[in-house]
Amino acid sequence: MKQITTPISDEVIRDLKVGDAVALSGMMVTGRDAVHKWIMETFIKKTRPPQGDDLQVYEELKKILYGSIIYHCGPVVTGLDTKDYKIIAAGPTTSIREEPYQADVMKHFNLKGVIGKGGMGPKTLKGCQETPAVYFHAIGGAASFLAQTVTKVHGVFKLDFGVPEAIWVIEVKEFPVVVTMDAHGASQHAVIDESSKKVLEDLMSR
Amino acid sequence: MRDLTNEILELIRRTSSSLPPDVEKRLRESIEKEEPGSTARGALETILKNIDLSRANSTPICQDTGTPIFYVHYPVGVSTIKLKEQIRSAMAEATKRSFMRPNAVDAIYDNNTGNNLGGDDFPYVHFEEVEGDDLTIELMLKGGGCENVGRQYSLPDNSVGAGRDLAGVRKVVLDAVQKAQGQGCAPGILGVAIGGDRGSSYIKSKEVLFSEMGTRNEDPKIAELEERLTSEANELGIGPMGFGGKTTVLDTKIIGLSRLPASYFVSVSYMCWAYRRRKLTVKGEEVIYD
Repeated sequence: MKQITTPISDEVIRDLKVGDAVALSGMMVTGRDAVHKWIMETFIKKTRPPQGDDLQVYEELKKILYGSIIYHCGPVVTGLDTKDYKIIAAGPTTSIREEPYQADVMKHFNLKGVIGKGGMGPKTLKGCQETPAVYFHAIGGAASFLAQTVTKVHGVFKLDFGVPEAIWVIEVKEFPVVVTMDAHGASQHAVIDESSKKVLEDLMSR
Repeated sequence: MRDLTNEILELIRRTSSSLPPDVEKRLRESIEKEEPGSTARGALETILKNIDLSRANSTPICQDTGTPIFYVHYPVGVSTIKLKEQIRSAMAEATKRSFMRPNAVDAIYDNNTGNNLGGDDFPYVHFEEVEGDDLTIELMLKGGGCENVGRQYSLPDNSVGAGRDLAGVRKVVLDAVQKAQGQGCAPGILGVAIGGDRGSSYIKSKEVLFSEMGTRNEDPKIAELEERLTSEANELGIGPMGFGGKTTVLDTKIIGLSRLPASYFVSVSYMCWAYRRRKLTVKGEEVIYD
């Protein structure tokens, strides 16, 4: 298993290929539907003017995300009253919903990867080649197990998005993932989609 | 009437953190079918570790604690108004204790209520009066990932070449599994309703998921179709998480309903491997958890 710590260099990313098992460590943030839409509209397409603490949060994010990772995750968090946050369940959410935004967001922040489940589409695959970055697949539903790799919650932004959609800034140690989309245009998901489609055609003709 | 709020809270804790034994057994059996050292096998091994951990610590098996679906079978004379209040109180408390993730988001105004209570519809509670003295409360948690890959077909469906018969049902169910890929957290369990209107069809396709793994439809012809669908879905080779592998679907359950002459719906509800459903029974003074 390859041990990789954020921030990650381009070389390390280009060295990875589909099928590689990786143990990730270091700082990263969670971000899903609300966050990707917010970033796209406020800072990339600029169809929405920054409001409230948007600009402050953005400046912080730029620093944290450079060379780092967004984890598609809506965790279960204790300590909401005391702000002594602890993550007790943190498996991945289905990434494909972020397909309209992902490539642009990766390039904008110089992300080196996204973690999620179920893979992403051709636009993101192209983004992986260009940024460069990879798609790290985590085990869906292994929430308690993965929460144990979160050693610290450094803070949270955009809690007004709700706990699942907020930007949780976390530090992880040996978070296990598998590369299923690499920086060279290979995607495990495209392969399985093709092969299963062929089997389906055969089954339909029986 | 007895206040069952604490007992319902315990039901919620169990459902969220302790995977039912019939599901765990099937998952353990599937590990052996995958190649040693394969990503598919690794995924199942991690899943089993997670199941042990969440049970031991009372933490959610999956962070998406899903839509809470309560089915209450109550004897004559029990107040459903009071029971619903107790269920809602228990749900808010369970969310406070982090057995559940706050999951009720207002669809128009985009705000998460923070306590898993959303209007009249969240949590979903189905009441049915029954003969006898026992009160049973069943809870199913169905996450968003698998919910999103469910499909409802209206037959005939020309895109798949499915006519209005069981042969057509078979085709659309297989189509739904292929389209789902690994995104419903395969290996999945299929709940299939044939008939109904669009609403009842989907509801029944989820209701049928309350039964034990391996429960077959009473009609042997339908039971055969259930087994055939499971085995053919596995031929697709999607595997755990869509990593490629031998186990894509663990079980298929079919229920037949009435339909309008003009309509022929087939609803496929895809349940993820984290197939969470638990039951409590009140027998006199005793409360029994499954």
